[in-house]
Amino acid sequence: MHGFANPARFLRIARWLTPIFMVLGIVLTAVALVYGLTSVPPDRLMGETVRILFIHVPAAWLGMAGWTTIAVASLVELVWRHPLAGIAARAAALPGAVFTAICLATGSIWGRPTWGTWWVWDGRLTSMLVLLFLYFGYIALSDAARRQGTGNMRVAAIFGLVGAINIPIINRSVVWWNSLHQPPSITMGKSAIDAAFLWPLLAATIGFSLIFGGVVLARMRAILADMQAEARLRRKAMAAAPKAGVAATGTEVLG
Amino acid sequence: MREVLDQWTFVTAAYVVGIGGTVAMIAWAWISMRAAERRRERSREL
Repeated sequence: MHGFANPARFLRIARWLTPIFMVLGIVLTAVALVYGLTSVPPDRLMGETVRILFIHVPAAWLGMAGWTTIAVASLVELVWRHPLAGIAARAAALPGAVFTAICLATGSIWGRPTWGTWWVWDGRLTSMLVLLFLYFGYIALSDAARRQGTGNMRVAAIFGLVGAINIPIINRSVVWWNSLHQPPSITMGKSAIDAAFLWPLLAATIGFSLIFGGVVLARMRAILADMQAEARLRRKAMAAAPKAGVAATGTEVLG
Repeated sequence: MREVLDQWTFVTAAYVVGIGGTVAMIAWAWISMRAAERRRERSREL
């Protein structure tokens, strides 16, 4: 892993991997969603609204995967001072927040015709909303550290680690508490979902995951490019400073 | 009285939110990456 800690090596790999992830992800997602809309039969209980799950489930998975990425990258940053770990954590925050918001919105839209309500304050929905607020907090903290110019991401990294406590709560919420939300349909090696729904769901999940990976790589490239430009401009300003100082002293003497 | 809802309206709304949000995120990430890389190239030329 430490071989990829070198930003130059990472950029060489990310330059060709970013468009591959994006294009493959977009194509696979489009195929899965079109198939899900046109060829999947309506569900016996949910009717046509079952098609919403081809977006809702991948979005929920990526909302949680995004924060898991932040937590693992934060741990690596705090323990091993991996130069790219903090950048990876910052890069995963925005796509994670977007997918969490999509999960909440599509879940609410699905809930209205299925449960008869847009929202209930049960364990699963509330813990997912807490995750969205955690994302907002993390983005604000990491952005504040960047604006201060200290490069000190320790507070954001600790926040990323502490916030990870919410991930198992989201996952087990439908088991621990009474909920309108159904219990897990896919567990290790078993699925309660019919094959007609399972395959487009898996394809959409892989497609959205590739898009997530592509966006994280694009964000990492953007953050690295900005850091390199700032460092270069700072070096040039410092190199020019002594000359400016001499000129100013000279002016004073002449004056 | 039983409320009758057109399920396709909800399906359409969910797909607009999901696809719209994802496309906007991809476009923003790509454009901001290209802009940052152009800034880096400009800083090299200065």
